[in-house]
Amino acid sequence: MAKKGVPLSEMATSDTHGEDSAYFAGWKAYDEDPYDAASNPSGVIQMGLAENQVSFDLLEDYLEQHPQEFGWGCGTSSFRENALFQDYHGLKSFRRAVALFMEQIRGGRTQFDPEQIVLTAGATAANELLSFILADPGDGLLIPTPYYPGFDRDLRWRTGVNIVPVHCNSSNGFRITLRALEDACAGAETMKVRVKALLLTNPSNPLGTAITRPVLEEILDFVARKDIHLISDEIYSGSVFSSDEFVSMAEVVEARGHEERDRVHIVYSLSKDLGLPGYRAGTIYSYNNEVVTTARRMSSFTLVSSQTQKMLASMLSDKEFTENYLRTNRERLKKRYEFVVEGLSNAGIRCLQGNAGLFCWMNLGELLEEPTVEGELSLWNLILHEAKLNISPGSSCHCLEAGWFRVCFANMSQQTLEVALMRMKDFTEKMKAKQMISSM
Amino acid sequence: MGLHVDDHSNYNVLSRIATSDGHGENSSYFDGWKAYDNDPFHPIDNPKGVIQMGLAENQLCLDLTHQWIKQNPQASICTGEGVSEFKDVANFQDYHGLPDFRKAIARFMGKARGGGAMFDPERIVMSGGATGAQENIAFCLANPGEAFLIPTPYYPGFDRDFRWRTGVQLLPIQCHSFNNFKITEPALVTAYQTAQRSNITVKGILVTNPSNPLGTTLDRETLRTLVSFANEKRIHLVCDEIFSGTVFDRPTYVSVSEIVEEEPYYDRDLIHIVYSLSKDLGVPGFRVGVIYSYNDAVVSCARKMSSFGLVSTQTQHLLASMLGDDDFTTKFLAESRRRLSRRHKVFTAALHRVGIKCLESNAGLFCWMNLKHLLNEATVEAELELWRVIIKEVKLNMSPGSSFHCSEPGWFRVCFANMDDNTMETALKRIRTFVDRGNDTTAAQAKKKKKWSDGSLRLSLPRRIEELSIMTPRLISPHSPLVRAAT
Repeated sequence: MAKKGVPLSEMATSDTHGEDSAYFAGWKAYDEDPYDAASNPSGVIQMGLAENQVSFDLLEDYLEQHPQEFGWGCGTSSFRENALFQDYHGLKSFRRAVALFMEQIRGGRTQFDPEQIVLTAGATAANELLSFILADPGDGLLIPTPYYPGFDRDLRWRTGVNIVPVHCNSSNGFRITLRALEDACAGAETMKVRVKALLLTNPSNPLGTAITRPVLEEILDFVARKDIHLISDEIYSGSVFSSDEFVSMAEVVEARGHEERDRVHIVYSLSKDLGLPGYRAGTIYSYNNEVVTTARRMSSFTLVSSQTQKMLASMLSDKEFTENYLRTNRERLKKRYEFVVEGLSNAGIRCLQGNAGLFCWMNLGELLEEPTVEGELSLWNLILHEAKLNISPGSSCHCLEAGWFRVCFANMSQQTLEVALMRMKDFTEKMKAKQMISSM
Repeated sequence: MGLHVDDHSNYNVLSRIATSDGHGENSSYFDGWKAYDNDPFHPIDNPKGVIQMGLAENQLCLDLTHQWIKQNPQASICTGEGVSEFKDVANFQDYHGLPDFRKAIARFMGKARGGGAMFDPERIVMSGGATGAQENIAFCLANPGEAFLIPTPYYPGFDRDFRWRTGVQLLPIQCHSFNNFKITEPALVTAYQTAQRSNITVKGILVTNPSNPLGTTLDRETLRTLVSFANEKRIHLVCDEIFSGTVFDRPTYVSVSEIVEEEPYYDRDLIHIVYSLSKDLGVPGFRVGVIYSYNDAVVSCARKMSSFGLVSTQTQHLLASMLGDDDFTTKFLAESRRRLSRRHKVFTAALHRVGIKCLESNAGLFCWMNLKHLLNEATVEAELELWRVIIKEVKLNMSPGSSFHCSEPGWFRVCFANMDDNTMETALKRIRTFVDRGNDTTAAQAKKKKKWSDGSLRLSLPRRIEELSIMTPRLISPHSPLVRAAT
């Protein structure tokens, strides 16, 4: 805190930024001792970062074959125009390209109108914006657990909005049930928290599963009944291993003749599917014009660099490239996933059956000393310091059942993944041996 | 607004923040842009259109930047020479920013300020333009309902940036033309006491140096007064130095950072600088904002918040290279100042010739023009009426002083760096014609007090500013006139 200084705001001194959670503590440990095959082979392998690095070569090849001369073509006017462009509508060509890309991901089953696209610097900003727009301080957002730990900051920190967890469990594969939704609402009512929206992540982070159509329909009925908004964060939509296994909320809305669409808002970003988190290219797609207008105004605080908009507009307008990219990316992710699941299975570890994303939802319940958060964190700590693997404990994702962990597999080379799986196997064998001895 | 009486129509009502007009777009500052959008000047396609003089952009040196980029293809990750960096750059999302980027920005900040102070890369926090930086710092320093004092006249965007989502208030420190709008200690004290009497907690002061819209720089004495006042009252001082590289004439620019370095007995934990490349480098589209704080806790907090508005690493990478090129930045800053100085001289001289005086200024991308002698009466209404005439009859969009919360009616901010020489000539010609016509009218109607509401100068603009928004269904946001001209 300020030494002799003047107090900062309460917001500044709170810890709602969330960085004190175990989720981030693991990153710190990795930062201090990062694995490198050559220079630091016994370092920590980062398996807590949901990044997609399996398809970079496709992007690099594209850029090499289509060098956009200095990024702006030959004329000064093209550069000048771009450098000056700060219109919060965003470059039309970029919005069109994003809309097209989103349609391709959904196999052409939906239509996206570029006029309904609002650009933000990443999905982080998009989610915060929607929280500011749809809820007042003290209001609540329903979020099914387990959920991405970043939401605690993104949705609550500066907005003052509450998260009302909708608890899901392994008895039904963590499917979102009507009962869980109703229970969460009842709980909110008791706490006098006014629920304003439901936020889904589909495909789910950390589960790695795409939500099925019947569940989506049920959810849309639910939000209509409760007269609340629905945010569908579809940031991993391009990472579903088989494209026909993904149903977007947009499809459900369209199938209903656009009924209830004024309450539906889709968040997307190029950070996961394209592996470009540094470029801060996020978007809100809303069917609600008032939300679009307001979001656009608010996006002034978080616009996408015009340089980046222009480059990505070119790349994503190339249909041949994007079709090939999406297909290849899916195949590679699927292969990685199957490889990881098999490797974990060899170590006697079960995973939730997943069909999407950059991670597995792994169950280490058998290795816990006690089926509690403390037990889970104790195990997590052991894995971090003995196995030298940073994986994310389920409690940081607000999972009510102890023993689940999210393991990322797309942010490293195949070789590193092999090393990681071997370490996991060694670790579990050691742990099981210890358990056997202590039970004798 | 936003009262939820009926729980069954919940979703139709968005949040209070969403439904308020804190976005600020209903101000007359933006109404002029709307008028421009409806009828934009183009030398060939629309020579009678409205010339945009309400947009403080620096378009005078983009050729220099473009040339550097052409000569340095390795700085762009989408060229053959640069693509090898693509993967690392695209993957990097650390909110500390690329180390080379921070170093280059720190260096450039020092140079833009004439080398009077050095900046530590570790204290540089990124943001979504200065717009994002201002909001971020407000969130860090003040609670909803608390206030920052701000000298008038001030940039209208602050009403949105500093207040909209934060709930923080801006309270004016009234400045007047009799002493060239200098910020005086009595004015500071008055503003502070007024807040206290209303039970409003003052958390800090927000100044812009060089000033927008005045185009003047703060002298050392004023800066010391501000720093001293902040220390005495135990409040923060935020200095927006976004135009620091546009100082084209004496007096020499003094950044608050120099005061910090010169006066160690002042608590530097109270001092924070906002910066951006949008004005000095002329690249508003790249969204490069900076918070520079001497307070470690603020750096830490602002950095975490910067997650909501990071600079694209593609852009960081390019600028790290460009701003790391010492030769280029030295030449660029010198040439930019030279071109601004020339533009300013030509413009103010031409205005002077038709009897229009501007506040004497040495910085910025605009003039603070005195049109009091053209007002029917010394009121805001009269000022806005004159402004309507200027848009409608003279076809120039300039910003009325009332939109800057100026305490005296009759001042207008007119931007001169966002157009080429020919467009500027056209604008000046229109002003000359307008003044001449006004003189003729005055001579013909010497006894009548009302100058602008009769005869050929019939107003056909709506009487109320708010009605202008109906004329323009499209939403507004900054459009450069040259961008329009080129498309």
